[in-house]
Amino acid sequence: MTAHFFDDTAVLTGRTLRHVTRSIDTIITTAVTPIAMMLLFVYVFGSAIQTGSVNYIDYMLPGILLITIASGISYTAIRLFTDMKDGIFSRFQSMPIARSGLLWAHVLTSLVATMISLAVVVGVAIVMGFRSSAGPLAWLTVTGIVLLFTLALTWVAVIPGLSAKTAEGAAVFAYPLIFLPFISSAFVPTQGMPGPVRWIAEHQPVTSIVDTIRALFAGQPLGNDIWIALGWCIAILVVAYVAAMAVYRRRFP
Amino acid sequence: MTDAPNATLAISVEGLEKSFGELGVLRGVDFEVSRGCVFALLGSNGSGKTTIVNILATLLKADAGTITVHGFDVATQPAQVRECISLTGQFAAVDEILSGRENLVLIARLRHLANPGVIADGLLDRFSLTDASERRVSEYSGGMRRRLDIAMSLIGEPPVIFLDEPTTGLDPEARLEVWATVKRLAGSGTTVLLTTQHLEEAEHLADRIAILHDGRIIANGTLADLRELLPPSQAEYVEKQPTLEEIFLAVVGNSHETDDATRTTKRS
Repeated sequence: MTAHFFDDTAVLTGRTLRHVTRSIDTIITTAVTPIAMMLLFVYVFGSAIQTGSVNYIDYMLPGILLITIASGISYTAIRLFTDMKDGIFSRFQSMPIARSGLLWAHVLTSLVATMISLAVVVGVAIVMGFRSSAGPLAWLTVTGIVLLFTLALTWVAVIPGLSAKTAEGAAVFAYPLIFLPFISSAFVPTQGMPGPVRWIAEHQPVTSIVDTIRALFAGQPLGNDIWIALGWCIAILVVAYVAAMAVYRRRFP
Repeated sequence: MTDAPNATLAISVEGLEKSFGELGVLRGVDFEVSRGCVFALLGSNGSGKTTIVNILATLLKADAGTITVHGFDVATQPAQVRECISLTGQFAAVDEILSGRENLVLIARLRHLANPGVIADGLLDRFSLTDASERRVSEYSGGMRRRLDIAMSLIGEPPVIFLDEPTTGLDPEARLEVWATVKRLAGSGTTVLLTTQHLEEAEHLADRIAILHDGRIIANGTLADLRELLPPSQAEYVEKQPTLEEIFLAVVGNSHETDDATRTTKRS
């Protein structure tokens, strides 16, 4: 069985990737909301937000990237849900293939689709005036963190994808994730927030990830943030993976 | 891996029980299917036919009982069982976004066969889908979709095929197409277990028929065996009226080969 794990996963990933390339609107929709927010924040609210000497678009792009990831993975949940509903999952499950390959196909597709959406958003940001002094190594680190966060949230998305009763139900879990960057340092410095809100903002995963990416873009020293960010990503990944596999095994013993 | 001693049996089910919560759906099901036989499992909606198929296809675990397919135990040797079966579910399990040909190639590759393209083209031809092969399945009619579904099940020539309500939701012409396919399969020595709620379908296709009722098999045998369960028939004079189906088919003509292209029923 496991001898074919990589072959089967590759074939199944090719299939789900084709689903993405044939409904290219999902990639665009994924990018549209973050781009709209970016326009709104940069051209409307931005002038009222004090970020010191930092250009506002440089300040808020990391948060926009995380919102893009959160809206991207909601499509992963929908694609998985649709497979379950259509019965094609049952057909695959009754075939002599590596069973976890089915989930990995969706996970890898999620990574690819989200990366494309992120590239679109960064492209628009550059047109809007985003500039970074980051070198290749810093860009590589940003890519790594963004990939890891996407992977972690994708496994979160697998859970509703496998267990939802409707497509809307499969997608709705992403809304709180899209909202999370607002209560963080993503758009507004946390210093001005009232006590309890500030505490939440400074201790939730988004802030450490945003601060790390922002420092990398600006070529500033990283400090401890990167380790906190990686710790959060790995913790979410491990918990979500274990939970998703448990749901999977219960659905398909 | 060698086959279990009783190699003449394609399927053996003994004391199968399955409950969903409080609801006991299967309460001691026993039946056997010999190799190369077309076996119909007859029962009303909710009688547990699909549950039996899902257990045989290793998608569901039984609560109790000994079930073997092609000599392999579904509980302890599911991987071997999957090597020798194919499942065609109640709702055509095809990929809507891929074309017909891509669907076939996909299954051939997942079965690790050489020349998936050649296999796909052969099946497209055999199931009269060549003209539609490059179109997305979402544009197929119900009959075309089911033909593709069955074609996908034949890839790799598994010795045992499960057809779960293969004609549900099909128009009469498409149903006749499926029937013809099942007959060809039976002719090639494949064991077919089909479930249906249409008595006529079982009568038409099956070598043996089992009736599932209240979680048990209450009758099992050939059509002739089952007829003997009734009291001897009395002679009555009844005018032979054509059935609506005969009228329908006579009026529309049997031109399903040509009008596939125009029928583009879309499943939502």
